Amino acid sequence: MESRTSSRRTFLTLSMGLPLGAALAACGTSGPAPSGGGTGGGAAGGNGGGGGKATYWFLQGPPGEAPRTASVQRFNKANASGQIAITTIQNDAYKTKIKTAIGANQAPTIIWGWGGGGLRSYVQAGQVEDLTSWFGENAAVKDRLFPGAFGAATIDGKIYAMPCETVQPIVLFYNKKVFEKVGAQPPQSYGDILDLVKKFNAAGIAPFSLAGQSRWTNMMWLEFLFDRIGGPEVFQAVFDGEKDAWNNPASIEALTKMQELIKANAFIKGFSSVTADSNADQALLYTGKAAMMLHGSWSYGIQQAQGGDIVPSGGLGWMNFPGVDGGKGDPTNTVGNPGQYLSISSKATPEQKEIAKKFFATGVLDDQEQKDWVGTGGVPIVKGSDKLFAGSKDAEFLNFIYGVASNAKVFAQSWDQALSPTAAEVLLDNIAKLFQLSITPQQFATNMNAVIGK
Amino acid sequence: MSAINARRTSSAVAPKARGGVILPWLATPALVVFAAFALIPLVGVLLLSFTSWDTLGEIKLTGLESWRAVLSDPGLPHALWVTFLITALSWAVQTPASILIGVFLAGRQRYRELLAVLYFIPLLLSSAAIAITFKALLDPNFGLGAGLHIDLLNQDWLGTPSLAMGVVIFIVSWQFIPFHALLYQGGVRQIPRSLYEAAELDGAGRVRMFFNITLPQLKYTAITSSTLMIVGSLTFFDLIFVLTEGGPGDATRALALDMYKRGIQANLMGQACVIGVILVLVGLALALLLRRLGGRNPNASQLEGA
Repeated sequence: MESRTSSRRTFLTLSMGLPLGAALAACGTSGPAPSGGGTGGGAAGGNGGGGGKATYWFLQGPPGEAPRTASVQRFNKANASGQIAITTIQNDAYKTKIKTAIGANQAPTIIWGWGGGGLRSYVQAGQVEDLTSWFGENAAVKDRLFPGAFGAATIDGKIYAMPCETVQPIVLFYNKKVFEKVGAQPPQSYGDILDLVKKFNAAGIAPFSLAGQSRWTNMMWLEFLFDRIGGPEVFQAVFDGEKDAWNNPASIEALTKMQELIKANAFIKGFSSVTADSNADQALLYTGKAAMMLHGSWSYGIQQAQGGDIVPSGGLGWMNFPGVDGGKGDPTNTVGNPGQYLSISSKATPEQKEIAKKFFATGVLDDQEQKDWVGTGGVPIVKGSDKLFAGSKDAEFLNFIYGVASNAKVFAQSWDQALSPTAAEVLLDNIAKLFQLSITPQQFATNMNAVIGK
Repeated sequence: MSAINARRTSSAVAPKARGGVILPWLATPALVVFAAFALIPLVGVLLLSFTSWDTLGEIKLTGLESWRAVLSDPGLPHALWVTFLITALSWAVQTPASILIGVFLAGRQRYRELLAVLYFIPLLLSSAAIAITFKALLDPNFGLGAGLHIDLLNQDWLGTPSLAMGVVIFIVSWQFIPFHALLYQGGVRQIPRSLYEAAELDGAGRVRMFFNITLPQLKYTAITSSTLMIVGSLTFFDLIFVLTEGGPGDATRALALDMYKRGIQANLMGQACVIGVILVLVGLALALLLRRLGGRNPNASQLEGA
């Protein structure tokens, strides 16, 4: 028995010692291993302290991958000494991966993103370069882009990202064939929308398609109702962190109107289990099961690719969200993605940073890339890019988007992108409950007031 | 013990002390793996639960702040309730069904062996694939009901809170009943034939034999199976995530999903770790409880009692 006890003690010290040692070893290499690049597109990944090659991660898949890849390839061909290695990653995986990589100091040189609240969290962690002075020295780079695109790149008065790619306002799409069948006209005001809801319901067609499970799709409705009823100031106050900003009477009115619309069966039956990822909401519109749909301008490309003859036959209609009678907001205002954004990791080497800046100045949105984006049905955020629309089969839609983007008094950024990830998650959560009618507008406001400024 | 004794007698060279030195080393591979993949992450989670970390910046030590935030959140009792419902209901559905199917499959008839193979198929599919398939089938506009024009099937399955919960339970059961049926099948086959023969001689019917012999003899199998079910459903994530993302509203937002949403989507790693700790504690408590249930009366169903 004597030996048993002593052996148990060795056993214990052994078992205690091992994890401790391993834990200490684990502390040395902070966070996830630099698995970063390899898995995505095969190219060299996020090696913050690496050699002369700059790295760049972006989203995989159509429509964006081809123009992005081609623009980097042109840049690499023109700059033998300063190359950029790319890694492409799927949308949802990218969001997690880029966050993990940045947190582990393994970010790529060029960080692709949506600006706004996500960018703010990078800035607060000191992970991205301040580009204000660079834009000051290179005014031409800045001046050729839509001024509205810089809002979401600017945090506390400083610019931390280069706006790029396309402008994506949210648009009210409608199925012209369904409107003809019922004998209805596109809505000119919010009152018209309410009438149309009755009319389409009577005809057995869902007035609006909505992918409610995705939550941000519901949010687009609130964005427009808030703007049209109370003007852009209502959400701006939330964004600026004003106390109890959601208690604004216009906010409560918009939330109440939202629930009235849901109670009036304005949305397709079972909308809260429809997802946007599967494009089921798009299918509802082009199959004529629903008459209208509020969606990002990229929906046009999806309808074109999947919707059969709805786009070629001219069956797809589009318009800016109409005004609400007596509302304060300007009906030219819009909301959506004012652009996409490229930041430079502050952990990159000086050489990598130089390559990235050179890419921003000479590579991003060069003439060919603009043409490529137009080819995908997107409007590049470059002033005068509408000249490229001539001859495009999508000219009508492209001109409409260009008009909306350049005529908007206020082009607000989507709320979930504008807010911090923490506040955005609470927002989306409460929106889901609001649309489920399980909380009242006032409860929504109270819940949201609790995370203002977080 | 018997192995050690055997070695001691067979090899005269091995002194008493040597068995005591070697024995702990034999456990090291298992210990290393356990430490690396269970203990260290667990300690990490516990430590992180006393911090605030947005996964990007510095990890700030904030004491009990994350705990206070989670414990005062009305979402927590709701998530606990949802988790409890999923656990309890899926146990209540799966256990009787698994026992019946297991007993049925324990028979040696050829057609039963064939059925056993067929029943096993759902277990071979990944949860994500199952969720995507059911989601498509249950789609209110393009799903099975709409396609076949069967109004009964044309419900808003995943958009109504109670129906969504029912669907989750159904799919979980559909996926895991085969596994537990397999456990019970093995259990039934180990019951000595002599028990049934004796009962037959005493004139017991099949129903009587099932309740008085099969069920009591399956006690330990039931405890194993229940532990797997209950502890497993505590951390049920993938299926719910793909199927409903915790919706509609927060009707199916179980603890594991809540943890993911806080940690990965809302960047509140501290709070997510608090939920992680709670999950571990609840899981441990339940596992211990189940062990107690099994251990209290060990004479009840030992095979030697035959």
